[in-house]
Amino acid sequence: MTGTLDACAGPGFGPVPRKEDGRFVRGRGRFVDDIALPGMLHGAVLRSPYAHARIRSVDVTAAESHPKVRAVITGETLAARGMAWMPTFSHDVAAVLATDKVRYQGQEVAFVVAEDRYAARDALALIDVDYEPLPPVVDARLALALDAPVIRDDLADRTDNHVFDWETGDPDATAALFARAAHVSECDLVYPRVHPAPLETCGTVADFDRISGKLTVHATAQAPHAHRMLYARIAGIPEHHIRIIAPDIGGGFGNKVGMYPGYLCAVVGSIMTGAPVKWVEDRSENLMSTSFARDFHMHGEIAADADGHILALRVSVLADHGAFNATAQPSKFPAGFFGVFTGSYDIAAAHCRVTGVYTNKAPGGVAYACSFRVTEAVYLVERLVDVLAHDTGRDPAELRMANLLTPDRFPFRSATGWEYDSGDYPRALRTALDTAGYAGIRAEQAARRASFEKTGKGPLTGIGMSVFTEAVGAGPRRLMDIMGLGMADGAELRVHPTGTAVLRLSCMSQGQGHETTFAQIVSHELGLPVDAVDVVQGDTDNTPFGLGTYGSRSTPVSGAAASVAARKVREQARQVAAVLLEVAADDLRWDAGPGSAEGGSFSVAGVPGVSVSLREIAMAAHGGLDLPEGVEGQLAATTVYNPPNLTFPFGAYVCVVDVDPGTGEVDVRRFVAVDDCGVRINPMIVEGQIHGGLADGVGMALMELVAFDDDGNHLSASFMDYLLPTAMECPPWELAATVTPSPHHPLGAKGVGESATVGSPPAVVNAVLDAIGVRHADMPLTPAHVWRALQGRPIRPDIAIR
Amino acid sequence: MQVPAFFEYQRATSVEHVVTLLERFGPEARIVAGGHSLIPMMKLRLAQPELLVDVNDLHELAGITVDGSVDAGHLRIGALTRHAELLASSVAGEHFPILHDAERVIADPVVRNRGTIGGSVCQADPSEDLSGVFTALRAVAVIRGADGDRTVPMREFFHGPYETAVRPAEILVELRVPLRTGAGSAYVKVDRRAGDWAVAAAGAVVSLGPGGVVDEVGIGLTAVGDADFTAVEAEDLLRGRVADEDAFAAAGAVAAEHCRPTADQRGPVDYKRHLAGELTVRALRDAVARARRGRSAG
Repeated sequence: MTGTLDACAGPGFGPVPRKEDGRFVRGRGRFVDDIALPGMLHGAVLRSPYAHARIRSVDVTAAESHPKVRAVITGETLAARGMAWMPTFSHDVAAVLATDKVRYQGQEVAFVVAEDRYAARDALALIDVDYEPLPPVVDARLALALDAPVIRDDLADRTDNHVFDWETGDPDATAALFARAAHVSECDLVYPRVHPAPLETCGTVADFDRISGKLTVHATAQAPHAHRMLYARIAGIPEHHIRIIAPDIGGGFGNKVGMYPGYLCAVVGSIMTGAPVKWVEDRSENLMSTSFARDFHMHGEIAADADGHILALRVSVLADHGAFNATAQPSKFPAGFFGVFTGSYDIAAAHCRVTGVYTNKAPGGVAYACSFRVTEAVYLVERLVDVLAHDTGRDPAELRMANLLTPDRFPFRSATGWEYDSGDYPRALRTALDTAGYAGIRAEQAARRASFEKTGKGPLTGIGMSVFTEAVGAGPRRLMDIMGLGMADGAELRVHPTGTAVLRLSCMSQGQGHETTFAQIVSHELGLPVDAVDVVQGDTDNTPFGLGTYGSRSTPVSGAAASVAARKVREQARQVAAVLLEVAADDLRWDAGPGSAEGGSFSVAGVPGVSVSLREIAMAAHGGLDLPEGVEGQLAATTVYNPPNLTFPFGAYVCVVDVDPGTGEVDVRRFVAVDDCGVRINPMIVEGQIHGGLADGVGMALMELVAFDDDGNHLSASFMDYLLPTAMECPPWELAATVTPSPHHPLGAKGVGESATVGSPPAVVNAVLDAIGVRHADMPLTPAHVWRALQGRPIRPDIAIR
Repeated sequence: MQVPAFFEYQRATSVEHVVTLLERFGPEARIVAGGHSLIPMMKLRLAQPELLVDVNDLHELAGITVDGSVDAGHLRIGALTRHAELLASSVAGEHFPILHDAERVIADPVVRNRGTIGGSVCQADPSEDLSGVFTALRAVAVIRGADGDRTVPMREFFHGPYETAVRPAEILVELRVPLRTGAGSAYVKVDRRAGDWAVAAAGAVVSLGPGGVVDEVGIGLTAVGDADFTAVEAEDLLRGRVADEDAFAAAGAVAAEHCRPTADQRGPVDYKRHLAGELTVRALRDAVARARRGRSAG
């Protein structure tokens, strides 16, 4: 199935301006830190200055005597409530407040509740913690050394820093193909530790009502329903007494999926004081202690025959999981969806081994728009293909074109067992190369190179590309769960008597524009104006259960749920219309109409002029009409959508850079992005998502990095040290689209939120290395990294520059 | 949320008022102008002054003017001049393009709208762009205390990271940049991202004599460990030489040799040393080209 953007045309679909922007552009968004409840107190977290140290004692006497301090919570306080440790998403536990040891710099040690945030902060300085510093494990490659300090001595019988081994694919079939390959290329690649760094940091206002026993938590939560279950489990409060409200969220990117100690301490603070407690972390706290992303040390091998046909891939990975194994991903996938590493290519056999290790760093690992480590998988294969092109003297575009899966292969089962739903990869790559003017840039590159060789002066031009395949929209729930919660989403739709509607969703926007896109889905199904559909999200008391927004799953899962619920309502309307028009329901024909306030209409087949609109039906459905047996009246439906498979959006990116060989500076001159996410409900919102992801990709490829020194000190704890790209680093994005609908999604849509973050880093890196003629160097390609790569002495990014 | 510790605040009504307050409160008082370094440090509690003296009302500290004749005068830049004002000043750009080169790459428009020239040089961050600019320009600082004004050459102004010649009960009033006819100037910076501090940067001010010989030259280096932000050895090498590519390369090599960078996440020592040389060459090349254009135009 292939198509063009015209395939997206349909009632309700199109570049509708975002409904939520009316309040955002006026500064009237309402975020957690805007919430002020009567009598609200303020929390602050005392954090460890050490990466690894034993806690001898914590003395809070002076802090407690501060006149404005209402409570001081330590690990001992929590231990008395059975809350010093909490379960993680990955079969481990993590400290809420440290009791025995601190295991990374910035780890939570104590929590002060005071009458204002100044006093709370002042009181932190009054807490006296006696630490016994221990040698830290900073270099992941030394974590399994025999003499490495054991980080997790809290776990019984633990004698090393090993977390897990996991493998996928067929090692024997892979080895056989490698044995007969004409060519094998190998490469070591680090996808360094980066951070989602949403502009709004994480925060909460916890409000425990001692009389009703009800806990209300206003929180930056990408997954409110999953959080409610976690609070119930950890704090022991019955789930029906907990209400999670996520107000407007200023960016998440995976950072706001997990449970953080500050959230739980605010709850305990509210229980102890009887007052609401607000805690909002500062920038340094966010960068130091909340979910990081990546930190994959990969060794890849790629085997090809003499004609450049790729035969097999073999990969081994060392995954740095930090001090607690808290990766936020489906629980049966310890390396996330890294298993899709065969990418967009027709590869007969593949095998991969991943070993996870503990280090004295913050936990996390799956965050930052990575589609559960598809980011790492795409980077690996797209870099390896370029290395193969480099080693065999082939053009990277031709090499890719010769190995891409062709449309006739779909649905395609990959060598590691993933069933790709639909795709037309050659068309995407062709479109990207044509848009870029590939031959012309290659000629320009050659001229620049010749001039450099004559004069020694740059710039040097480089062209990089990637053809990525994403895997998004988890479940199905049989295979995918978070803490035992199957990854299926509920949706509830109600059409009011006057013909407007409210859609209640389980997922939660962090800026993706759900209020608009989901209203468009209902508009598409029922013919109502987009403005006539109100979208409710983020409040567990007012929305059905579901797993939340991350992994690009909102449109694939909740979007499908919304569509299914709307179709159920449409069928109810058909029954009511049949009574109104006194015909058999099967004789009615649906017409979505022009999106007017009347909504769509049912007309009698073969009888022109006899029809009834959804608005009329809605009133009748709530009125005194006698309805037949089995038709309950009103127009409302609920559904739970369990996706049959992931959706597999894809794309082809071409990046053109100029590199100053004298300084190592990189200028991203052009970036062509061809994305195929199936049917686009709101192409403007899709393009906005792509713009953001491309900027992310430029950031990771060129500047973003969380690094640590030998003592485990975090070297990237502010926006002066953790660099996010600005408009100055971003070229005018050149976007194009192809449309290959998903065969199993009710609307033919696929997820797109992370496509550009997944697909763009290898394109940028490939371009820079192409410019300087270097086989491989690791991200981030800052001027220093580029210059050292040119000198043949590349910098290892994951440890401090010496 | 980052919140500062308790402090008192006074809005100064005159420079004399500032000096009085500083004398009364001693070293725990700090002057705040744009606040773009001080306030973040206070929020992180790296700085905990007891008193902030706000000088933003002191219009006598503002303004950019040419005082005296074109040959013997100077460009006066008030300490309260905002970066954006210096960048927008045609008289500053006309005499010293280096000022506009540097201002274009300092932080971002929001910071430049508020941050001040005096605040930047008094903060004395080892990576401050303007430090290398004003040492290259051989500017003179005018500092006022209870005993009146004193002047300090910018080449003697910096006493180490975050340390300057300004004493606890003194305030920087203005910078004076001597006017030099026929001089060309330029500033070149490498950063990891727009608005970032320099990995390294170089400024050059060159006066050419007959035959294209370097009459006088100032070379400022930023972020490469020179406490006085000046490449004196490279200046000495160039003075009296014909300003050509060979001379630039030699000056660059000397500048690289004598700088003392330290490794950090912006780059390793060898790279920064390389940049000190490369950027010195580029700044000299641009400055000399501008000097030549100025001469032919004149």
